[in-house]
Order: sequence, then C-alpha cells, then structure tokens
Amino acid sequence: MEAIIEVTGLRKRFGRVVALDGMSFTAGPGQVTGFVGPDGAGKSTTMRVILGLDAADEGSALVGGRPYRSLRPPLRHVGALLDAGALQPGRTGRGHLLWLAHSQGLTARRVEEVVELAGLGTAARRRAGGCSAGVRQRLGVAAALLGDPPVLMLDEPFNGLDPEDIVWMRGLLRSLAAEGRAVLVSSRLMGELQDTADHLVVAGRGRAVADAGVADLIAIASARRVEVRTTDRPAAMTALANAGATVAATGRDTLVVSGLAAERVTALLTADAVPFSGVAAYRATIEEAYMDLTRDMDLAGETDLIGETDPVGGTAGGREAAR
Amino acid sequence: MSTGTVTPYRSSPRAGRDGFACLLRAEWTKFRTVRGWVLATGGAALVTVLLGALLATGMRATCSNGSAEIACPAPPTGPGGEAVEDKFYFVYRQLTGDGSITVRVTSMTGQIRRPDAIPGVRNVVPGVVPWAKAGVIVKESGEQGSPYAAVMVTGEHGVRMQHDFTHDTAGRPGKVSGESPRWLRLTRTGGTLTGYESADGAAWAVVGTARLAGLPDTVRIGMFATSPGDITATGRSGAAERFAEVTAVFDRVSLEGTASGGGWNRQDVGVTIGPDGSPHHPGGLTESGGTFTVTGVGDIAPLLHGARIETPLIGVVIGLIVVIVVAVTFVTAEYRRGLIRTTLLASPRRGRVPAAKAVVIGAVASVAGLAAAGVTVPLGTRILRGGGTPVLPVGTLTEIRVIAGCAALFGATAVLALALGLLFRRGVAAVTAAIVLIVVPHVLAIASVLPAEAAQWLLRLTPAAAFAALQSIPRYPQVTYHYVPAAGYYPLPAWAGLAVLCGYAALALGLAVLLLRRRDV
Repeated sequence: MEAIIEVTGLRKRFGRVVALDGMSFTAGPGQVTGFVGPDGAGKSTTMRVILGLDAADEGSALVGGRPYRSLRPPLRHVGALLDAGALQPGRTGRGHLLWLAHSQGLTARRVEEVVELAGLGTAARRRAGGCSAGVRQRLGVAAALLGDPPVLMLDEPFNGLDPEDIVWMRGLLRSLAAEGRAVLVSSRLMGELQDTADHLVVAGRGRAVADAGVADLIAIASARRVEVRTTDRPAAMTALANAGATVAATGRDTLVVSGLAAERVTALLTADAVPFSGVAAYRATIEEAYMDLTRDMDLAGETDLIGETDPVGGTAGGREAAR
Repeated sequence: MSTGTVTPYRSSPRAGRDGFACLLRAEWTKFRTVRGWVLATGGAALVTVLLGALLATGMRATCSNGSAEIACPAPPTGPGGEAVEDKFYFVYRQLTGDGSITVRVTSMTGQIRRPDAIPGVRNVVPGVVPWAKAGVIVKESGEQGSPYAAVMVTGEHGVRMQHDFTHDTAGRPGKVSGESPRWLRLTRTGGTLTGYESADGAAWAVVGTARLAGLPDTVRIGMFATSPGDITATGRSGAAERFAEVTAVFDRVSLEGTASGGGWNRQDVGVTIGPDGSPHHPGGLTESGGTFTVTGVGDIAPLLHGARIETPLIGVVIGLIVVIVVAVTFVTAEYRRGLIRTTLLASPRRGRVPAAKAVVIGAVASVAGLAAAGVTVPLGTRILRGGGTPVLPVGTLTEIRVIAGCAALFGATAVLALALGLLFRRGVAAVTAAIVLIVVPHVLAIASVLPAEAAQWLLRLTPAAAFAALQSIPRYPQVTYHYVPAAGYYPLPAWAGLAVLCGYAALALGLAVLLLRRRDV
C-alpha cells in the first residue's frame, strides 16, 4: 500500500454546526505533515472521517487510495493515536496492546517489540488507570505502531507530555517519516511542530486555509522584519517609531521592527545613542505564520490561539514561554 | 527538511489476519485482561453456590412417627426413578402366569373436606374429585412404587389406562352411575397388560396396552380405589390440599388364570399412621354377595410436593444480576472511555464487533452458569437430604438438562445485557433495563404478589421465560396440582423459555448492530 493520505472535499455537519466545509489536503510519504488549527477547526473530525469512525456527508478520504473500512487488516496499513486516554483503567498497557495485536492476527512477540519501541519498559505492566499522561501517550504510540503501518495519524500527540517526552516524540516522528512513512500529526500548539513537521496543513472553519512547507510559511511571515536587542526598550521604540517603523515589543529587551531595513535601524539607534546589543533579521515563529495567514479570517477559536502565544497565558502558554 | 525523492515505506511482510477468529480472540483477551471482570464472573457463580448452600442448610424438615420426631422418609420411587405417591386400598389375589380380571363399576361416590365454614368444625361434603380413581390393577407386589398397570374410572376424566405412575391413556369419557355402569377388564399376557372397557359387558374396546419390563411370574391382581386431596387456591397463588376419599362399588367380578385360593386379600397400601398409632384416614372394603364396596384415600401418581433439585438454585437471580453488570460493562466501559473507537479501528466491519463480543460474553457467562449449577445442584441436594428434607429425585439426564439450562440462562442473559449496553451506551441504563426485563418478571411471578394468571403471562412473554430451563419435575395432566410459578412450574417448556430469551437477545443484538452501523462513534 502506498504511504499517502488523500482528503478531498470533505463536508460534514452535526445538526446545524458545519464541522467540515470542503476539507482537502494530501499527506505524503516520508514527511511529517502537521495538521494545525484551533479547536473546532475540524482537525479531529477529519481524522475520524479518514479512519472510518465518522461518515462524511460529501467528499472522500483515502488511505493509500482505499477507504479505511476496506483495509484488511486495518492496523497493518494505518496506525492511529486519537485519544491516549481511551484505555480501560483496569487493564495493563500490555493487555491493551495484546488484544489489539490479536485482533490483527499478530502475536505477543510484536507487543514486546512495540513496548520496546515506545520506551514503555516496565510501565507496560502497570494498569492503565494508574499511568501518567506521558506513559499513556507512549502506549498510544505503541498501539499505532503495532501493525508496522506505512501511514500514521496522531491527534495531539504532545498533549500532557513532559519536556523529555516531547523531545522523544519529536525524534520518533522524524525517524518514522525518515523510514518513508506518511505521518499526519495534528496540534493546536503549532510551536510543537515547528522543528518536527515538513509540511503544514492549516485548518480553519472546516477547511484547509493553507497547505505549504514549513520553511515557506515561516519565510513569508518573517519577511522584512528586524529583531533588536536593547537594554533601553522605551528609548529604542521612540527612536524607531519616529522614523516611521512599526515596532512591537516581543520580550523584556527585544523588539521586532518592520518597515525599516537592518542598516537603517542600526544607524538610527546609534544616532540617538540608544544602547543595543544586536540587530538581526527576524525569524518568525510558526504561530506568527499562522496569524499572518488567518488575520483576515474569522476563525473558530482564534482568540484561544492568541492566548496560547501570550507569555503570561495559561498552562499551555506557559510551556510556550519556557521554550 | 525533506529533500529529494522519498522511498515510501513498505512494512515488513508479517502475516496479519483479521478473520472473525482473530476478533474473537481479541475480545477474549480484552475480557481476561481486566481482572475485575474475571473476578466478578467467578463471583456470579460463587454467590449462586453460596446462596444455594445457605438456603439448603437453613431448610430443615421433620416428620413425626406417632409422637416421635423423625427425619422425613424419602418418598417411594417408581420404576422410572421418579418420586411417587402410591397410596390406595387394594383388594387382591396372587396371580401366577397369564390371566385377567373383569369387573363392573356401578357407583363412584365420596366425600371432600371443604374449608371450614365454622372455624374448628370439619366441613365435609359429598363429592368426588376429578382424579379420584377406582378400577382393576395388576401390580408387581404390595411395595410402594412397584410396577403396575391399571384400567380405571375417574371422577371427571372418564375411563383411563395408566401404568407405572407417569403413563396415562384416555378411554371413553363420562361419569359412572347405576344407570351408566362401566365394565373394566385387565388381561395379563407375560409382561404385556391390556386394558379394556365396555358399557354392557358384551362389546369391549381396548383402552391401551402397557409393557411392564421384568414383571415376575406371580403378581397381585385385584380392585383398587384411591382419591387425591382436593386442591383449592388460597390467596393469589397459594393452594391448600384437603382430605378427599372415594368409594366405588364393584360387582360381576371374575378372575381368570391361576389365582391363589381362599378369599380376597386386602391391603391399605401406604396408609399413614396417626399420632395415636391408628391409621389416619383408612380405606376399607365391605363385601356382600359378590358386590365389593371399596373406599380409598391417596393416589397412584407421580409425587409433585417437596423440594426439587432446582430448589437450591435460588441464588441464580443474584448471580444473573452480577452477570448482567459484567456483560453491560464489557461494552459500556468502551463507550465511557472512548475505547470503542480503538475497537472499531481494529475492526471497521461494524457488525462483527457486537457478534464477537456476544460470543465471548455468552461463552464466559455460560461457563459461570455451568459451574454455578454444576456445584449448587449436587451440593444443595446433598445438604437438603442431609438435613432431612426429601428432594424429588430425577434422572441423570434431567439433572444434566437443568445444569445445562442454567448455563444457557446465564449465557443468553449476558448476550441480552450486552446488546442493551450497545443500545444504551450507558451502564446504569442498560443494567436497569436488563434487570427489569429478565430478573424482575421472574421475581414478581414467583413471589406470589401477582395473580397466578398474570404471573404465567409474564413468564411467557418476557425474557424471564428462560427460567423454565431450571424446572426439573414436569407437569402431569393426570395429576391435579397447583401448577404455578410460585410452586416451580413455568408455563413454557425449557426449550421454549430459552428460545424466548434468545429471541430477545437476538433482536436487541440485531438492533444494536444496525445502530452501530449508522452512528458515528
């Protein structure tokens, strides 16, 4: 089976709510495809439609050219992690993997292999009810890898992970893609995918609003901006604003300036004797790229997204700030 | 990040299958890897055994012999092994070899005790109960329970040919009177007995034939009379049995064959001895000029009173509730945790998942039911008998049928509960529905809170009909008895009762498959 997910013109409504409104994209082999967008943008619904759990009203979702329900046995073609919390609390991780293996005609030996692969170790012998979120995510990954499938789909795999688990997860996703698999990863927190995804599908209001390489998206968003480090932020802002630039404070001693070339910025600050320690071309974050893309759209959950990028935001934002 | 051409991933050629057998194995693994479910299923069997043992230990029966209290004697058993009532007044001679007896019955009267109109004053009225019997009989010996064949007139069921307690063949209907007497004849040829009847002693009709295996050369042949008690319903589904006796007048008695000399012998077979040492309600014979007036009390029929092998299975109701909870949870836990999605990812053909789950939970519950009944029936019966309570004996096949019926009851109940779990997708609702459908009708029906007729209909129409699988003693048309659920009698036969439950289970499962196919999960 070819390692590819093709989604074409999916539409689905739940009562009066339009969940998918012409969602189309392709996730190809050898790539980590990030599937990003706020809550309610249709990411999870799209994944459930691809996996045959939900039926779309219109459009098609094919894995390797075939609908999921026709795959035999399915987990040998597609591995999916939808909800790491979907475990019977009284069953051990190993027990969970074992029944899944048996359903695909696989043996306990394969279970031991994926336990190893997911770095579960002895945690696989504990009951799922007592496992940490990190262990559950690893268990979900182990389950997805059970059938050694060419296509992998992971919904919010970074949720609830410790920093070391995040690093592990990124490495795993990269190595799975490097083996030639198609890896589709959804996330609300786009920063998590910045160094992981090759390709981004940005979802908004039930459709793909952008479908491009990560490098391209960041280049667009970074265009003609300059980052300045200074110990006297107010003075620098005044000087640069007076010269007609748009200035934004991005940190305690950093500014992002648009509308002026780097040499002009250096000259202006020197002339006004404002202390500064560095002027460099600005590299936008993936969130900014997303904001640029969707600035003019009224996206579901957009305010939520801005909240996450705020350094003093909630718990999710806190982790963003730590990076 | 990604550059150049990509070699798409080819997974290793590991043989993966997803046949139904794989799915069954997966569902079994699912079940056995949750210790709570395994323990609860074992608990369902255990609670059934313990409640049965407890009930059997608590049941103590004592009987009196004169003024002394003794353990109740086991009832006599017939040639088929069943407990029998074998109590009648016997007027007989020994017959060696082939022969026959012919009589004319000219009258059948009697008296019946009715409920006391004035408390403490016996209220006895003339009358004959429907299954009062009088006629001619060939019996192996005077031992209770020994083989016999008889042709007789009855209170309301006309002429009958009966043998070995459980066999009954109808002859001409109608009551006996002086204007309308009945001629009866019973011939013995080796082990074959043939009953005849005639209105005039000239034109004879065969009523039936019986083969009594191992009948000795010398047997007893003669006349008998006996009358079962009068059964009246009390309250909603209780019943009381009161004394009734019958008196029959025989004449034109002729005996052919090699009979013992002297006069007629008499025996009040199975008469009970009262506290004062004298017979209680004795029968009797008056003979004058070839006319024999025989009075008898009792019955020659299968015995239906008393504890049965299924009596200790009282805890099945509780065991089933545990099974229902496990079966419902086996599916609703998946909905609660979202695990149903993983299940359907592994098996996207949706009709198969309920089927596999049903097979697994049905098999598991059946094993629990088999273990529960397999222990409770022999153990409880032994405890009951040890405690002095006679238990109506049944054949090994019937015992196996009751135990297998319990297994089937557990299995089918689990499947119905599972299907309800799939339909409701919520544990509490499904458990409640299953208990209301299966357990509650049974409890209502046997608890004497409903009129007997309503109780019968509940056990025909609801899945509780399957409790019929536990009934060990059949109903006999020739025995007047209070055949109600409270007395252990179900309106449907075992197979039909189970079929009702299985029908409900199949319907619910089919509906669940239909909905699962149509719903997003």
